[in-house]
Amino acid sequence: MAKTFDLKDGSVVVIIGSGAGGGTLGNELAQKGINVVMLEAGRRYEYGEFINDEWESFDQLAWKDKRIASGEWQVAKDFPNLPAWIVKAVGGTSIHWAGASLRLQEHEFKTLSTYGKLDGANLLDWPITLAELEPYYAKAEDKMGVTRTNGIPGLPGNNNFKVMKAGADKLGYKECSTGRMAINSEPRDGRMACQQTGFCFQGCKWGAKWSTLYAEIPKGEATGHLEVRPQSMVLKINHDAGGKVTGVVYADKDGKLHEQKARIVAVAGNSIESPRLLLNSESSKFPDGLANSSGQVGRNYMRHTTGSVYAAFDKPVHMYRGTTMAGIIRDEARNDSSRGFVGGYEFETISLGIPFMAAFLKPGAWGRSFTSALDDYVNMAGLWIVGEDMAREENRITLHEEEKDEYGLPIADVFFDDHPNDTAMRNHAYKQGTALYEAVGAVRTFPTPPYPSTHNLGTNRMSEKPGDGVVNKHGQSHDIKNLFVSDGSQFTSGGAENPTLTIVSLAIRQADYIAKEMAAKNI
Amino acid sequence: MVTVNDGKPGLSRRELLKGGGIGALLVISGSAVISPEHAWGLETSALKPETVATLIQMARDIYPHDQLADKYYAIAVKAHDEKAGKDQAYKELVEKGVADLDAKAGGGGYINQSWEDQRVAVLEQIEATPFFQAVRGGLVVGLYNQKAVWPVFGYEGESYSKGGYIDRGFDDIEWL
Repeated sequence: MAKTFDLKDGSVVVIIGSGAGGGTLGNELAQKGINVVMLEAGRRYEYGEFINDEWESFDQLAWKDKRIASGEWQVAKDFPNLPAWIVKAVGGTSIHWAGASLRLQEHEFKTLSTYGKLDGANLLDWPITLAELEPYYAKAEDKMGVTRTNGIPGLPGNNNFKVMKAGADKLGYKECSTGRMAINSEPRDGRMACQQTGFCFQGCKWGAKWSTLYAEIPKGEATGHLEVRPQSMVLKINHDAGGKVTGVVYADKDGKLHEQKARIVAVAGNSIESPRLLLNSESSKFPDGLANSSGQVGRNYMRHTTGSVYAAFDKPVHMYRGTTMAGIIRDEARNDSSRGFVGGYEFETISLGIPFMAAFLKPGAWGRSFTSALDDYVNMAGLWIVGEDMAREENRITLHEEEKDEYGLPIADVFFDDHPNDTAMRNHAYKQGTALYEAVGAVRTFPTPPYPSTHNLGTNRMSEKPGDGVVNKHGQSHDIKNLFVSDGSQFTSGGAENPTLTIVSLAIRQADYIAKEMAAKNI
Repeated sequence: MVTVNDGKPGLSRRELLKGGGIGALLVISGSAVISPEHAWGLETSALKPETVATLIQMARDIYPHDQLADKYYAIAVKAHDEKAGKDQAYKELVEKGVADLDAKAGGGGYINQSWEDQRVAVLEQIEATPFFQAVRGGLVVGLYNQKAVWPVFGYEGESYSKGGYIDRGFDDIEWL
């Protein structure tokens, strides 16, 4: 039985969210003997309860509370109320992620100095460097059991990977492998090895893929310093007259409101809910929302330049068998503006089952051009494009002017326009991805538009100067010393890499800082 | 309520001949759409059976898969009959939508345009209407989320209970 804490106990650290950022921070603090109350909006499932069925699983895990997608991006047209595909459950989107664990590259911490000032972008260098984060990357890779680090072997390649690898070889790409994945290739950390089941996006029913749900949170609970409260939706962060935060108001599963007192509050609700909560916590002292003296809360929303290329061959592939993200090509991840854009992108294998392929291959399409593609399902291979998108001030989370949630609070409006650099990068990636599959005999290729965002980043960004962003190099808000941000919304730029490893590394680093500052009585 | 029966429809040849013929494959009998050849029937409660028969044809024309029997399209559109039973405005949307489709198709209505191209040309005229979008949108889940159609596409579905694919062909590609 894990420890419980009193609502009036103002000595605890309250963490809002239990995903890669919040779940890791909670365990790290608990390991140091710091008392933590973790409030999670979703339910708590165990991994045996996950469902190998795309729509049923979506119904079980997805964050389905209404949001509005606006702007010129394709997702706003295809999925006007589902801008993001993320999870509402203990473990957060670390249940859904595919496991790719790549470090950001050095230049990606210095986008403004490397790419220069781009029109229509709001680039900024991170206040930390790769060198500063490297020790924490190493800790995160060990904690998560990332393959091809710490002597852990790579995963075996499935059919989808083999097609990608053959194409990569034909195009002359040199950096194609089964990747660095936080999926056990052999038993480790009390968790078993990958059974090549597929359904990585639906939660790993073996627990072979790292998730805070079973790899971090139970360890924190075992210390007696961590209490997780599922179905606890935080509505507001309270503060005192001096401007320090004092606790949070949350609704329990019956909609009943409680206030949990806190010494420190860490916000880790993903890049849509985190800024929404800060904005919804406005007060007479902070009329524009908490931690928002810069006006940057909610701005610089990034979601990676994405898209997919599926290809049909004249023989079977069975791409859905085995790990969903079974291979990575890194050759295009470099910064090389001779391609017509700055930054770079990764290719990563992807697959969808028939139900999601019908929904995502070409949303809205009908007729034989579309259905004959599905008829070739068994002969299909697929890859996903994940590239660096450019931060823009206009791309932002705002509070919707009319629509309210069940608690009467404004819902999130997620506005996004592609920067011309994003569009140029995506077109380049479509061309390369198509060439890759044609090189191994694809009979048809299908450039597929972006899915609802899984990599939501940047809306409470780190900055050296308080005027340029929301938090400092430790994720501590510039305005309020005992208010932290602990998720991907801290990212100053997105890089070309899947963000989870960096989120976890930042959380480990932040835990050290919080413990030090608490001990020094600075917060 | 709509019921989908997989058993024999129990129609005599004479009843069959008496029933209103719709296209070559489906028969209207009372409040049901019946496929004598494939032994299934779909009983309608809110929508006219002729309307449902048209929806079935329309469903096939929107997402044509020659290897899928009409039964799956019938299952995919039955939700419209259920919804029409609870929502008068929706019932009107569908009935008027089909009437409009028939009017635009001319001679003999939509279902009697014998080539797919002819029917698709009519659908293209109504593509932007709420009626068309309701039918198309419903099919994305209604058709492709039927577990019975997955094997037709070669999709194997759930794999955890079989131990995943680690010993069942995750890397069995031979033609590369």
